[in-house]
Amino acid sequence: MGGLLLSVQSAASQGVLWGIMTLGVFITFRILNYADLTVDGSFALGGAVSAIIIAGGKEPLLSLFVALLAGLAAGAVTGILNTKLKIPAILSGILSMIALYSINLTVMGGKANIAMLGLDTIFVKVQYLLPSSFNRAAESLSVGLAFAVVVITILYWFFGTQIGELIRATGNNEYMVRALGGNTDTMKILGLMISNGLVALSGGLVAQSQGYADVGMGSGAIVIGLASVIIGEVIFGDRFNFYYKMASVVAGSVIYRVIIAIVLRMGLKSTDLKLFTAIIVAVALAIPVIKKPFIKPKIAERKAR
Amino acid sequence: MLKICNLTKVFNIGTINENIVLSDFNLHVKENEFVTVIGGNGSGKTTLLNMIAGVYMPEAGQIVLNGKDITKMPEYKRSALLGRVFQDPMKGTASSMEIIENLAIANRRGMSRGLGWGVKKTEKARFGEYLKLLDLGLEARLHVKTGLLSGGQRQALTLLMATLQKPKLLLLDEHTAALDPKTAAKVLNLTNELVTDNNLTTIMITHNMKDAIRLGNRLIMMHEGKIVFDVTGEEKKNLKVTDLLSRFEGISDRMLLSN
Repeated sequence: MGGLLLSVQSAASQGVLWGIMTLGVFITFRILNYADLTVDGSFALGGAVSAIIIAGGKEPLLSLFVALLAGLAAGAVTGILNTKLKIPAILSGILSMIALYSINLTVMGGKANIAMLGLDTIFVKVQYLLPSSFNRAAESLSVGLAFAVVVITILYWFFGTQIGELIRATGNNEYMVRALGGNTDTMKILGLMISNGLVALSGGLVAQSQGYADVGMGSGAIVIGLASVIIGEVIFGDRFNFYYKMASVVAGSVIYRVIIAIVLRMGLKSTDLKLFTAIIVAVALAIPVIKKPFIKPKIAERKAR
Repeated sequence: MLKICNLTKVFNIGTINENIVLSDFNLHVKENEFVTVIGGNGSGKTTLLNMIAGVYMPEAGQIVLNGKDITKMPEYKRSALLGRVFQDPMKGTASSMEIIENLAIANRRGMSRGLGWGVKKTEKARFGEYLKLLDLGLEARLHVKTGLLSGGQRQALTLLMATLQKPKLLLLDEHTAALDPKTAAKVLNLTNELVTDNNLTTIMITHNMKDAIRLGNRLIMMHEGKIVFDVTGEEKKNLKVTDLLSRFEGISDRMLLSN
């Protein structure tokens, strides 16, 4: 039982770190209404950039900042492919994702992974600041929560501004935005930049927490992100304000990790994990269709009364 | 105010489906003119409006609005000068955003947008006053998402949004076509009020000949990308629906013969 508790605890801390990525996916998938597959590439990009900088003996916080910038650039490329070159959304993301695989290998100096064992990651640094009773999971949970709070606060502010408002409207109704003088191309590029910036930041944090960056660390990230967004929405519902929505997205990511930890302990092979994730997403997206036959009789009942 | 010279628009250029919608089209609209446009399907009415708004770029010709050549200006930049209401009520507002947010976005048409708050406190009271003009009770529902409004309410709101910043030219593309007759009449009356109260130069496409005669001070009938009938003043006021119908029939007879 103690083992389960420990693995749930470490799952929760992973969930918060991946939750930053989930916020990025939330911005494209829900706010911009854009299925962005760049995520797989930009997540690993963040990890690669962060690892190479830390391996070079620089500050871990600086490495995260550069990872964020790299993610912004990746998002801009996808956005330009889609808006200026008129390549369909999904394909633009796939192109960036594939291109980033090579770029990530180049960033890591041609190696498929970079270890940060014994180096000063942000998680090593916070050990001095936090009470000594904290274990590793508690430390990374604290770091993750701190980042999540800062990111959510900034996003809350940003999407309330005139530009943020226009990005939300662009995801809603492009005709209206253009008719009211908004440049929808710029708004899409901006949204994709912010999204991928967060994804890369999350990639950097995850790489530092696991002690290495791997060129394959982002594969399936978009599906995990979608699963987390949907889990958050299904469990916490669409109510209250934007703070609540973003918090529920991060919570969705934590719940996803906890579910995975539990099914792994119950005997699911880790090689089957991606299949399991895909099934979760497919089922969650199909919920409205699956629910239908159950809703109809209810309406009939009400009529009968 | 609006000068369109030799405007030509061809769809699917260079393919077997090539379709010349407008060819050497000319139209001058004076300040404060309220033009109603009628014409059959495929006569080029909507294309004309979309060209003025910048949705499509012309193959040839020139569009000058308020002394400014806007022929090559991108759609979002032209919007600084234009108010637009679409046929589809879904297109006019952002359905998952609140009424007040929609109004705030509309209120900044033609202005730069930055990192200031999207909805300012001072705007809230003003928007409430504006919404009272609609007489739909929306002023009490400022924070309701527009997706919850009916088609008629949305078109009325879109109309208000289009005129919140006074446009140089108001473009109405069959904006009551998707509404039931009673709601359509209400939205049309509102249109008339807003246009006359604010002295707006307006182009309105309609399929309803009665409305085309009753509203506005100039009427244009289009057919196959050309203006086939253009009346103003007393002559327009005295028009009858039967006059218009006979003209329509005259055109389609000729069309049958030429085929």
